[in-house]
Amino acid sequence: MNPDSYRNRFQKKMSHLSVNHLLGIKNLTKNDIELILSTAQNFKEVINRPIKKVPSLRDITIANLFFENSTRTRLSFELAQKRLSADTINFSASNSSVKKGETLIDTVNNILAMKVDMIVMRHASAGAAVFLSKKVNAKIINAGDGAHEHPTQALLDAFSIQEKLGDLKGKKIVIVGDILHSRVALSNIFCLQKLGAIVKVCGPLTLIPKHIRSLGVEVELDLKKALEWCDVANMLRIQLERQDIKYFPTLREYTMLYGLDKELLDSLSKKIIVMHPGPINRGVEITSDVADSKQSIILDQVENGVAVRMAVMFLLAGRQG
Amino acid sequence: MQPKILLEKNQFDVKIKRLCHQLIEAHNDFSDTVIIGLQPRGIFLAKRIQKELQSILKNKNIHCGTLDITFHRDDFRTKELIPNPTNIDFTIEDKNVVLVDDVLFTGRTIRAGLDAMLAFGRPKDVELLVLVDRRLSRHVPIQAKYIGITIDSIASQNVKVEWMETDGKDKITLFDK
Repeated sequence: MNPDSYRNRFQKKMSHLSVNHLLGIKNLTKNDIELILSTAQNFKEVINRPIKKVPSLRDITIANLFFENSTRTRLSFELAQKRLSADTINFSASNSSVKKGETLIDTVNNILAMKVDMIVMRHASAGAAVFLSKKVNAKIINAGDGAHEHPTQALLDAFSIQEKLGDLKGKKIVIVGDILHSRVALSNIFCLQKLGAIVKVCGPLTLIPKHIRSLGVEVELDLKKALEWCDVANMLRIQLERQDIKYFPTLREYTMLYGLDKELLDSLSKKIIVMHPGPINRGVEITSDVADSKQSIILDQVENGVAVRMAVMFLLAGRQG
Repeated sequence: MQPKILLEKNQFDVKIKRLCHQLIEAHNDFSDTVIIGLQPRGIFLAKRIQKELQSILKNKNIHCGTLDITFHRDDFRTKELIPNPTNIDFTIEDKNVVLVDDVLFTGRTIRAGLDAMLAFGRPKDVELLVLVDRRLSRHVPIQAKYIGITIDSIASQNVKVEWMETDGKDKITLFDK
């Protein structure tokens, strides 16, 4: 090997994301997703060490702006930031000047004036993260924007499936429930498809977006058939807070037709993996015995969420904007 | 300058054998000592040393782990390196640790390695073993205890260590960047 090819080999190993912000999975390439997932694998090892902290982002300040309620995502981001040694400030809309009429840009610019390098934002409006990325000079991570995207959830879901099943190419995944109001569903569809998986959605027709087939996704209305077909079932929560009209007669009827219970799970011809992005409505989309069964990887998803978010922030902070 | 070969196959083996005997002098049967190779290039030397020690001491129970230092580097924002796996499935608490890397240049990698290693416990004693010591190039006060060869080189030169495992041959070359 000559010295030049030696250098090239090392250059090949150096890699970075093709984006400056994480606004959605749609903007990511397959390489980006694979880079995030492989980096997350390293961070998963880090968070299982006796000392779970690395100093990588000790010179970075991150603001967590949550204009919408969140427990899991906010805690997961916060913990990931602390594990990376970043300085963090937290903001929630309920006790801020947003209530006094301040605009999003003004709020964010005021925060940035305090020398913040990265912003993690959850907002009720679809496109809020994209809007912000065009207006302010900081790395933006979308932690959920309306019913649009929730990229880190999709990445951690893909990571969790990969951990159980290996390469996602050709794997069959069904997303069940309130697809219409779900940002998790859209991000999952983009992410899983980019990694080569086959995705179906299942739920009452009123909760399936009209043009979902244009994304290359099949629709199945019968839960039993969908579960027989799949390797993994991702059970989504019914988002009653986003439902302005009645999409189905009663929750009880929804549960009877689209809820996953142990009897149904055991009746399948193979052992499928059950996921849920949380928060779970036990007894609605999934029963307690299924949520706590060996086939459920719900708590793995939560653990992996920290590792994946560490990977995202690490890679974005390393990117020269 | 034409690339200059510093070490090749037979001399390579001799150096590794000598390093192993020096280690045995200091650590006896390795019951209280573990080896940690720094990713990505130190792991080949670490595995080679482990294999050689196992053969000399007739003891299969010599611990050897791999440690990635990417998250502890002081230059990751300028280099954007991909991390490699860390695998230390033994305790280093109160053990003698021999850190292993292929080339000691500025010392920054070892500085980060010491930092990363401490996440796994508090060792009794830490020593450094390198195959090539590029003296005169240090940025931090770090010195190896066990050295394969020492060379005088300048910053505009590179040292290339090739391994049978990945490159098909054991060879060390000095060349201009």
